[in-house]
Amino acid sequence: MDLLVLKEVSKSFGGVEALTKVSFAVAQNEILGIIGLNGSGKSTAVNIITGFAAPDSGEVWFKGEEITGFAPHRIAGLGIARSFQTVRPFHNLPAYKNLIVPLYSSRIRKFTESGRWGDRDAVAMDLLEEVGFERDSQVPYKPASALPHGYLRRLELARCLALRPDLVITDELFSGLSSSEVGSMVPLIEKLQARGMTIIMVEHRLRELFRLANRVVVLDRGRKVTEGTPAEIVENSTVRETYLGAEL
Amino acid sequence: MLPSLLVYGLINSVTLAITALGFSLTYGISRVANFAHGALYVLAGFSAWFFLNRLKLNYYLAALLAIMLTSLIGAAIYRLALIRVRGMPLLEIIVTFALGSAALEALRYFGFLGSHYSLPPMISGSVNLLGVPVDLQRVALVVVGASLVLFLWLFTRHTRIGLAFRAMAQDEQAAMMLGIDSDFMATLSLALGSALVALAAVVVLPLSFIATESGSNILVSAIAVCILGGLESTAGVVVASLLIGYVQIVTVTYLGPHYQMIVALLAILLTLIVKPSGLYGQQKELEERV
Amino acid sequence: MARRLERIDRPIKVLTEDIYALSSLRTMLYVAAPRLLPALLVLLIPVLAPGDYFQRVATLAAIYGLLALSWDFIALSTGLVSLGQALFFGVGAYLAGLLNLQFGLHPFLTLLLATVIGATICTALLAPCLPLRGIYFAMTTLVYPLLMARTIEATAIVGGTDGLVGVASFPGVWSERYLILIFLLAAAFSLRRLMTTDFGLVLRSISDNDQAVRASGINLTYYKLIAVWIGAALGSFAGAYFTHLYMFVGLSAFSLDLSILPIACAVVGGLGTLAGPVLGAFILVPLAEMLRDLGTLRIVAYSLLLVALVLFKPEGILSYLKRKYEQVERWVEV
Repeated sequence: MDLLVLKEVSKSFGGVEALTKVSFAVAQNEILGIIGLNGSGKSTAVNIITGFAAPDSGEVWFKGEEITGFAPHRIAGLGIARSFQTVRPFHNLPAYKNLIVPLYSSRIRKFTESGRWGDRDAVAMDLLEEVGFERDSQVPYKPASALPHGYLRRLELARCLALRPDLVITDELFSGLSSSEVGSMVPLIEKLQARGMTIIMVEHRLRELFRLANRVVVLDRGRKVTEGTPAEIVENSTVRETYLGAEL
Repeated sequence: MLPSLLVYGLINSVTLAITALGFSLTYGISRVANFAHGALYVLAGFSAWFFLNRLKLNYYLAALLAIMLTSLIGAAIYRLALIRVRGMPLLEIIVTFALGSAALEALRYFGFLGSHYSLPPMISGSVNLLGVPVDLQRVALVVVGASLVLFLWLFTRHTRIGLAFRAMAQDEQAAMMLGIDSDFMATLSLALGSALVALAAVVVLPLSFIATESGSNILVSAIAVCILGGLESTAGVVVASLLIGYVQIVTVTYLGPHYQMIVALLAILLTLIVKPSGLYGQQKELEERV
Repeated sequence: MARRLERIDRPIKVLTEDIYALSSLRTMLYVAAPRLLPALLVLLIPVLAPGDYFQRVATLAAIYGLLALSWDFIALSTGLVSLGQALFFGVGAYLAGLLNLQFGLHPFLTLLLATVIGATICTALLAPCLPLRGIYFAMTTLVYPLLMARTIEATAIVGGTDGLVGVASFPGVWSERYLILIFLLAAAFSLRRLMTTDFGLVLRSISDNDQAVRASGINLTYYKLIAVWIGAALGSFAGAYFTHLYMFVGLSAFSLDLSILPIACAVVGGLGTLAGPVLGAFILVPLAEMLRDLGTLRIVAYSLLLVALVLFKPEGILSYLKRKYEQVERWVEV
């Protein structure tokens, strides 16, 4: 069954059409990539799915129910987690404390019986370990602002996972990372998919994305140009002209 | 009753418009909300009085000097104080507000209370409009106000400098890359805004007394007009002034003089709750609401 | 040879991290002293202060300290800057006066009711404004007290421009002096404790990065409502206390003065530290009283002081003292 469906979603900001009648669907447990040049509407699409913007027309459906125009915290409560393009952690808090916030949400409080301070800390540390923080080091205790960039991205991912989502949307997760850092995050994504997670990845780093994604949607200036498997996208001549020609 | 309401409503609206223009212009160019606006108005009034009565200068010269002085003070506020808190709107508000309050209280302390000081009208005599007697000073006010609004509207839309101002307001970084100095523009915006409010003072104050108390009223009125109309729109200032102006006249006539400020305050509150960008403001969803 | 200023934690500060604070008497004193000593001093004021005049100043300082604390708490926990603390103060003040005069309730009861009802009313008034961002929210807070004052003036309800006179005062001079101090200390300590809990953590995150908090499934409005309610309750208590202290409430309960002063106290004492604004109040209020002879020039004085501090030294006294207490500075050669 399709987990997430966008139907004819359009959005304009003060006369600029950010999205025009975009439709696509994400199946359960697949990794969908969304690519496009800057200004193609990728971030707008993410904002609309996660409730940070309301579409002018069109619908968004999640798990068979319409969620168009819902508030962000409500959508997060239903099981969609997103990372942010510019990672801004809660600066002064230690890294693991950053995860307390999602653990405090009503969604998690329904899942767990624990309401006590100590238990949340343990869950937070487990989550950090999952995304690759070394448990016995000082790193989880450092203030978030002191973490190097690669760790910040992992922390952001952990923040998403803390919500125990059904769908994770990553917004340029790999941007600004070195090839080796990206290389070490790829198995993490694969592991998540193996555990049943559905993931949407908005990306510029095509090489790594095409390794991970089952299908890719291509956006250009607010419209969906095409969608298909990574192999099909690479072969597609229109896409090659507008996009890949510059990259590969 | 109706003709009287129509005429005085118009006069009130134009009064509101010219007092709000300075605030709108300053914000429009450099995004600085100058909460010393009301204090500058009162200062302009008192300086004009001073030049006229103590230095015995010609009326128009006194007015001109008052405008220039206020303009300089406005520029000084930016250069000396605001430049340090640039880009932090709340601190800008606190600083300008505190400075304005300090100035007003100082004036009050040194004895510049209301009802002793006034400016004489520029033109005396009266005329009949729609059967309603109106003194010429008020007519002059409307004429000055309307031409000022028209001038500003044409200026910001059809001249190169005006367009440059608007470009700068919309995208400060792009403007900086084109070599426009942001601090210089901001200083200029404060100087211009202050000059405008001084002009308003000189034209409006002859109608009654120069009162320190009116300082905060002027600030609230200016904010009401700008918020209701939309902070960056001249058309908004016009429409909002008309709306608020007429509603004020009606409520004051039928309910009492205290309601004048209540209307303005409610305008601010209701606009912010219902549509923060005002009537003509641009959609700034992600900026305004969480 | 270039030099730079280096700051490192004092040894004893490092020793007192976490549970190790209990390791010796010395470490325990180090941690406890900055908290207990001022509290002790505050509690001793009514006993030590020489004469009614000084007592009154101290009580006033406590009242304004409470107002400043409420301002700082709201700013710290939600990032919302209020330019209209006078709203909380005025609502509490008028409620106390009304409850006492209309229903003949005892001051202790009116204090309680004014606090709770006042907080609820103010929160309800501010609720539609909560989704607004910084500067827009600040403007609505500026408008509310003015609106209240003008409405009272125009409709002549609750005493109009004359205000309400003949409100009962406190049953005993000791209750008058001590109640506010105890409440103030209790509020300050409780709020500090609150901020260290996970709930407080969520509150602080809101002011840090509210988009991430929303994406984490937290309903911001709910938390903001709670924080505003708490702040409003403190402010209303302060206002109610003031009414009983002077046995009068009038339009001045909504004056702009009361909105500027908490901010000035917070800036002087240390923004966001909760205890700082209280300290600031105990500095500024006596100072203002000494300048009382200058009449409204005091407003000029602390407006200018506020501006100077904001522009040049926003750190605040408490932050400065804390830094000195916990860290050692020295010049290091580079």
